[in-house]
Amino acid sequence: MTTPAETHATAENGTWTRVCRHADLTAERGVAALVGRHQVAVFLTFDGGLYALGNRDPYSGAHVMSRGIVGTRNGEPCVASPMHKQVFSLVTGACVDDPAVVVPTYPIRVNDETVEVSVA
Amino acid sequence: MTSRPETGTRVVVVGFGPAAHRLIENLARRGFPGRITVFGEEPRPAYDRVALTSYLQGRSAEDLTCPVPDGVTLRLGRRVAGIDRVNRTVVTDAGQAEPYDVLVLATGSAPFVPPVPGRDLPGCFVYRTIDDLDAIREAAGRAGSGVVVGGGLLGLEAADALRGLGLGTHIVEMGDRLMPRQVDEGGGAVLRGHVEALGLTVHTGTGVRAIEPGPDGRAARLVTSQGGAIEAGVVVFSAGIRPRDELARHCGLDVGERGGIVVDAGMRTSDEHVYAVGECALAGGIVYGLAGPCFTQAEVAADRIMGGTASFEGADVSTRLKLLGVEVAQFGAMSGALDVTYLDPVAGVYKKLFVSDDAMTLLGGICVGDATPYDTLLPFVGKALPGSPSDLLFPGAGATIEVPDDAQVCSCNNVSKGRVRTAVAEAGLTDVQGVKDCTRAGTTCGSCVPMLRRILAESGVDVGRGLCEHFALSRAELFEIVLVRGITTFSRLVAEHGTGRGCDVCKPVVASILASLGNGHILDGEQAALQDTNDHFLANIQKNGTYSVVPRVPGGEITPDKLIVIGEVARDFGLYTKITGGQRIDLLGARVEQLPAVWARLVAAGFESGHAYGKALRTVKSCVGSTWCRYGVQDSAGLAVALELRYRGLRSPHKLKAAVSGCARECAEARSKDFGIIATERGWNLYVGGNGGFTPRHADLLVADLPADELVRVIDRFLMFYVRTADRLQRTSAWIEGLEGGLDHLRAVVLDDSLGICADLEAQMERHVASYVDEWRAAIEDPDKLRRFVSFVNAPGTPDPSIVFETERDQIRPVPVVLEGVRV
Repeated sequence: MTTPAETHATAENGTWTRVCRHADLTAERGVAALVGRHQVAVFLTFDGGLYALGNRDPYSGAHVMSRGIVGTRNGEPCVASPMHKQVFSLVTGACVDDPAVVVPTYPIRVNDETVEVSVA
Repeated sequence: MTSRPETGTRVVVVGFGPAAHRLIENLARRGFPGRITVFGEEPRPAYDRVALTSYLQGRSAEDLTCPVPDGVTLRLGRRVAGIDRVNRTVVTDAGQAEPYDVLVLATGSAPFVPPVPGRDLPGCFVYRTIDDLDAIREAAGRAGSGVVVGGGLLGLEAADALRGLGLGTHIVEMGDRLMPRQVDEGGGAVLRGHVEALGLTVHTGTGVRAIEPGPDGRAARLVTSQGGAIEAGVVVFSAGIRPRDELARHCGLDVGERGGIVVDAGMRTSDEHVYAVGECALAGGIVYGLAGPCFTQAEVAADRIMGGTASFEGADVSTRLKLLGVEVAQFGAMSGALDVTYLDPVAGVYKKLFVSDDAMTLLGGICVGDATPYDTLLPFVGKALPGSPSDLLFPGAGATIEVPDDAQVCSCNNVSKGRVRTAVAEAGLTDVQGVKDCTRAGTTCGSCVPMLRRILAESGVDVGRGLCEHFALSRAELFEIVLVRGITTFSRLVAEHGTGRGCDVCKPVVASILASLGNGHILDGEQAALQDTNDHFLANIQKNGTYSVVPRVPGGEITPDKLIVIGEVARDFGLYTKITGGQRIDLLGARVEQLPAVWARLVAAGFESGHAYGKALRTVKSCVGSTWCRYGVQDSAGLAVALELRYRGLRSPHKLKAAVSGCARECAEARSKDFGIIATERGWNLYVGGNGGFTPRHADLLVADLPADELVRVIDRFLMFYVRTADRLQRTSAWIEGLEGGLDHLRAVVLDDSLGICADLEAQMERHVASYVDEWRAAIEDPDKLRRFVSFVNAPGTPDPSIVFETERDQIRPVPVVLEGVRV
């Protein structure tokens, strides 16, 4: 499924893509964005943190991660897949209960009130 | 009087109640060298007024009488009519004069009797003296029911007495709750539940307009301020007390604007030779009506008479008592910057702590049904809390307060903490039931069960009932917190009662609770972030990330025109259609961005959300019933439609399914539903707790042969009781099986109102019914809610390319997804 190169992609290797205005995001919910052929799930957490993960739920194969419930596990921001509720870290992309299963994470930033992600 | 009294000093005490007794007993014990004369208007010496009710339970007047010290001259049955301060003499109504050097007024108080017509009729009483009780007992012999005017501490005492005399007993209280001076609204509700469970009838927010006589000229009924009538041959006024300060007033002593003889810290009145103690005294602007402070005042006055310098600096009016078998306690302040509440409606326990704005200092608390916090926390009032407020109230959550081994945890059965701890360790107990069986703790009033749970936890037993890592509370506990505190946001709830920012377990639970209590549209504001994907998109997610659409078809009854609309919508959007088990039609395969357009068509044709996506009422299935069926005995389809429209949109701990069958042949399969109704010749039988699914279960008969209006009332209560108290994702079947007392308990609650909550449950359902709006109509009319229905935020017109269908039996089906390398 995922490869290290995808998981640890950095902005230096790619270019920033504008995804939406920051104001379009709702705290503790995600949106899906199409960046090239990649589907990216973008999340805004309660404390203002921004995270980008692959939108594909590795357990079901459906592109639905952006529709999961955002919360915390032991203080770490997480999202639960809406399909079968596996919980993934927004920071590392790793499944909390099964760390061998990882979804890609992408660099994300706010530039002039616009949210940008970088997909290598 | 700053020097020691001389031999021959004459102390005259007017009034002989407990405070006067404490004063003379104190003087005698300290060797007062002069003469003491006491005037009492009752024909007997002072007696223990706090234990007055026990007189009716068989204790004799002698038992209650306080011993009179030697050398005290008693003048009983005498009424002092005047005080001559110039000549320092009191005069009785028989004209006898008694000179004094020191006069102590201990005239006590008189029950307040509101000036209503008929208040002097035979059969009307106050509850103050042994003579009053004798008269009440005599009158009770010829009355069937009684009413107590006043729901305060003394009113409940009086009500307990009437009940003990075998009268059907009513309590009429002007305020909005019982014991308004000791408990707040939430505590009052719990207290009321206890009182009503004993068979007493409580009328709050009710005043008295008149007492009306019967043909025999005796009190026969109380007319309420609303004009209702309560039949009662015995009326007891217990609506507060008024200090008896007439003597002081007439002789020119200072009295308070609202009554009470003004005294200084030494209990001395405006005349240096005259003291006042007890319920007639206004000390520091307060008239104290509790025994403790009155005793302290008597001791202070005695000390001053003996030449001492003691002073009365006000008193703690904390109260802990057991009335009608219910523990009620109030300590410290009754308000504060922050408060924390514990409420267990099933056990009837309410506990609240008031703390400073930094949550560090304990200001006070209220307990109903379990006064343990009073015992452990009273020493901490005004000081740093010995733990976090919630820990102190929710002992299962790892309270840090140290309760010593010799502390009594079960007062009913006199079981100490040490005894429970030893039992847990030696018998290897693992749950509360084990502790009950082994020690008898918690088997009587049950108020110590939270403490038992805590001792189990301290002993290393996992008694976890918390929802998740963010809330150490059960869903039912959260529900009560949200209800009682009026919490409307997850953020506030988790900040005050949880940790972190929630998860996919607790957020939908809180969303459901907020929705059950009516907090607007489920996608309004912060609530939107709490919803599971199904509720968030108001549709059911399917395995490929598409959604299904289920319009409501109440009772399974649908017009041909509406059937055609469903067909056209399915055809135009390319959806797969299937008839569901709940007698409606499922449209599958809609992409998220199609949902608003699909629903715009459906709403325009008169459809509304079927809530197939919610933990909510799904359908009320029905057969055609007596309208068409030659066997039918009632109109099952009509009732099913009415019920589905009544309960549509009701969010609950899990989905709710229902059915109505028009005869005993049961074609609607009602007994497999959460609530099922089967027609009889005489009305409707109501079955509850049925289930299909993993663990099929036939529903149990709750009540038989009800007319439709009563049936609806019982279902209202049943559903709301379930909504309030069930665990997360617990269907009614498991809920009923888990109820302590099972079906009998459920019957007691929803049929006999044993918890006194039925009016609340019905009102809550009425609010739900009145506030219902179609979620989909509201969504398509609100651009802000529609923003979420896009495939990609940066490419809203582009469908998710991963969603692909193939054809099977002339309809679409998702192309199976190949999952590589994933352990599922």
